[in-house]
Amino acid sequence: MFYREAGDYKTSYQDDGQTFPIKFDRYRYYFVLFVAFAMVPFLINDYWVNAIFLPFLIYSIAAIGLNILVGYCGQVSLGTGGFMAVGAYACYKFMTGLDIWIDGVQYALPPINIFFSVILAGLVTAVVGVLFGLPSLRIKGFYLAVATLAAQFFLVWLFNKWSWAYNYSASGQINAPEREIFGVAITGPSTDAWATYLFCLVIAALCAIVARNLTRGASGRKWMAIRDMDIAAEIIGVNPLKAKLSAFAVSSFYIGIAGALFFAVYLGAVEVGEAFGIQKSFIVLFMVIIGGLGSIFGSFAGAAFLVLLPVLLKLMLADSTDEISGFSSVMSWVFLAAFAAALVMLVINIVRTRSLIAGAGVGWIFASIAAFMAYALTIGGMGWPTDIVAHLQLVIVGALIIIFLIAEPHGLAQLWRVAKEKLRLWPFPH
Amino acid sequence: MKTKLATMAVAAVMAAGPVMADLVFPSLSYRTGPYAAGGIPFADGYADYFTMLNERDGGIGGIMTKVPECETGYNTEKGVECYESTKGEGALVYQPLSTGITYQLIPKVTADGIPLHTMGYGRTSAANGKVFSHVFNYPANYWNGASVAINHLLETNGGDIKGKKVALVYHNSAYGKEPIRTLEELSAKHGYELSLLPVDHPGQEQKSQWLQIRRDKPDYVIMYGWGVMNQVAIQEAANIRFNMENFIGIWWSGAEHDVTPAGDAANGYKSVTFHNVGSDFPVFDDIKTHVVDKGLAAGAGDQIGTVLYNRGMYAAMLAAEAAKTAQEIHGTAQITPAMMRDGMEALEITEEKMTALGMPNFGPSFAVSCENHGGPGLGGITQWNAADKKWNLISDFGPSDMDVILPLITADSEAFAAENNIEQRCN
Repeated sequence: MFYREAGDYKTSYQDDGQTFPIKFDRYRYYFVLFVAFAMVPFLINDYWVNAIFLPFLIYSIAAIGLNILVGYCGQVSLGTGGFMAVGAYACYKFMTGLDIWIDGVQYALPPINIFFSVILAGLVTAVVGVLFGLPSLRIKGFYLAVATLAAQFFLVWLFNKWSWAYNYSASGQINAPEREIFGVAITGPSTDAWATYLFCLVIAALCAIVARNLTRGASGRKWMAIRDMDIAAEIIGVNPLKAKLSAFAVSSFYIGIAGALFFAVYLGAVEVGEAFGIQKSFIVLFMVIIGGLGSIFGSFAGAAFLVLLPVLLKLMLADSTDEISGFSSVMSWVFLAAFAAALVMLVINIVRTRSLIAGAGVGWIFASIAAFMAYALTIGGMGWPTDIVAHLQLVIVGALIIIFLIAEPHGLAQLWRVAKEKLRLWPFPH
Repeated sequence: MKTKLATMAVAAVMAAGPVMADLVFPSLSYRTGPYAAGGIPFADGYADYFTMLNERDGGIGGIMTKVPECETGYNTEKGVECYESTKGEGALVYQPLSTGITYQLIPKVTADGIPLHTMGYGRTSAANGKVFSHVFNYPANYWNGASVAINHLLETNGGDIKGKKVALVYHNSAYGKEPIRTLEELSAKHGYELSLLPVDHPGQEQKSQWLQIRRDKPDYVIMYGWGVMNQVAIQEAANIRFNMENFIGIWWSGAEHDVTPAGDAANGYKSVTFHNVGSDFPVFDDIKTHVVDKGLAAGAGDQIGTVLYNRGMYAAMLAAEAAKTAQEIHGTAQITPAMMRDGMEALEITEEKMTALGMPNFGPSFAVSCENHGGPGLGGITQWNAADKKWNLISDFGPSDMDVILPLITADSEAFAAENNIEQRCN
């Protein structure tokens, strides 16, 4: 019923080759853009923007960047945190006025507008990324992963050691001063929620559109040829030097932009070891794996998943509230009953089929999880100790990565694709 | 989630209005990760003191207190989430127990008008109240700690440490880098040689630093460490048979869990402190009757009387006293964050007050003023006795070298003011 080509006539090659050739899909995309640009800015407050939307948009940009490298070009990278640090420090230098010392004389540029600082930071990171991408011409797989790991540790060490990078501040911290666009504060303490959100949204949307078109075009096809078999790609005329280094450049450009936004707009003050450590490299890689390798939508889905999950778990499990309205308490009993029923059905299914997932097992597992979530949210959180919730969160994220790698290696993007295929025929699958 | 958002919105509206349910003291704690060993006792002490006030006195000025806990894991991103999610509940004061999160929150709290108390950590130059209107770091800061350690060395050497070699082993972060300037200035003044040995987060790997100490043979080692870094450093010092008497940690490197892994070898290790140690105070009887015996103790309840538990309790006591002062100034029990700020700025802790609270000689007497948000900067030295498994205070709370520290504070805070176009207050 949904996502069907029937009745959707194309009269030109442009129409046929567009990103969303199916009309329903295209309108859905316009609707999402409309909600994101025209509705969300009026609804959000500081909490929503700082806890959910900014990290989601910024991690999405980083995930797109890493996805270009890992998902499209097949070059494994563990240097994401280090490249984000390059972006952050470059942005800091540009926004505070880049200073250069020649023979003891200081030459300083005036501070550059924050938007151009972010773009320039991306360009600087692209150059650094190409430098660290050079080994990819000789080594592949695990060996390349270790080479990029070296980049991660080297860059963090560099920004701790090189006091020019943090303007010689005693603590080694960099702080984003207040900067404006058209008179609206984008960085610094007194920003409005909608301003920072729109700034990141515009950049994220531009990045996603460019990435989508790059990967659909000639360069993307070259990257995918290299990913699938580099020798074959070389035989059919793809230059591995250009393809691999351009993937590193574009990927690092995106990651640098993400790092710059992460520092300047989201956190406002960072310390390289804490903010851009090896943890960052891993979490962005997890986003790409859970979201789906080789998919722009997957980058967004993965970032949303890993940003939202901790917040959701905290709201469900760690928070607690004393006052619950009468309606909520009635609903909570309903959900609790549903949870119990789903568990009973799951047990019956296990006894009958002697398997956890045979028959409707998976369905009951999801039903019980959904009922429990609804219950926890209606009563305003379970009020469990915060440390148990924090540990549980690590366990759940780890388990999900294992489950995705086994059950659906192509990630959330593949689930989305399957759902779309099913919806095309639904409700008449024959 | 929708109901949650609605309650949050209601809470935000209520924070602006005059009617409030509880006095909210959020605890941005960390009970997980490499710094949990220090985070757990502090959070327990902070929560238990407020529970005790609720049970014994019915809150502060007749209004119950509430300590919502939010796990940060010492991570700045989670710290931001915690700050944003709790500030709508009418939070009176934030104590993040992390220098990284403090740097993040300084501009935010100033814009939102909520006070921030970073007791013995955070940005040292926040002691200058002329520039930092909403940030307090009384009763002592990092630079006082460095100076107290050097003063102790002067004392043990009869006032002359010329030519002695002092090594600083520090956490390679904003926290660990804080004392470097002060120690350099003091080295120019007293003529000792300073060498710097950074240890990267989280600090489990320190072989090369201690190899260097073994080779260079410094006379004294000063440590600015936190979390798992402390116990590794003390173990490594024991491994190279460094004399523990000559090894001094800052107050964040001197708790029971830091020294016990090294066993008897840690005997004699010293640490700077700005409050008393042990559980030999009347207040602990109240905590036992009103909190522990009623089964209300935070966490596992096994930390009572440890160094960092005491510090958490001390932080809670100072917050509660500031809230009382605010209630007196404004004549209302329902105080807002802005009133709490006034209370903190007018806070006066005297020996009589502490005795009345059941904490005689627990910390120094001091008064906060509009210009001075940093207190007197007094510090004492404690020493670990491995046989009794006890920290002992071996000196009185002595002064630090304010002639050196004050110009540094003024210079750093004025640079911050110039960078951020802040007009100086208190004129």
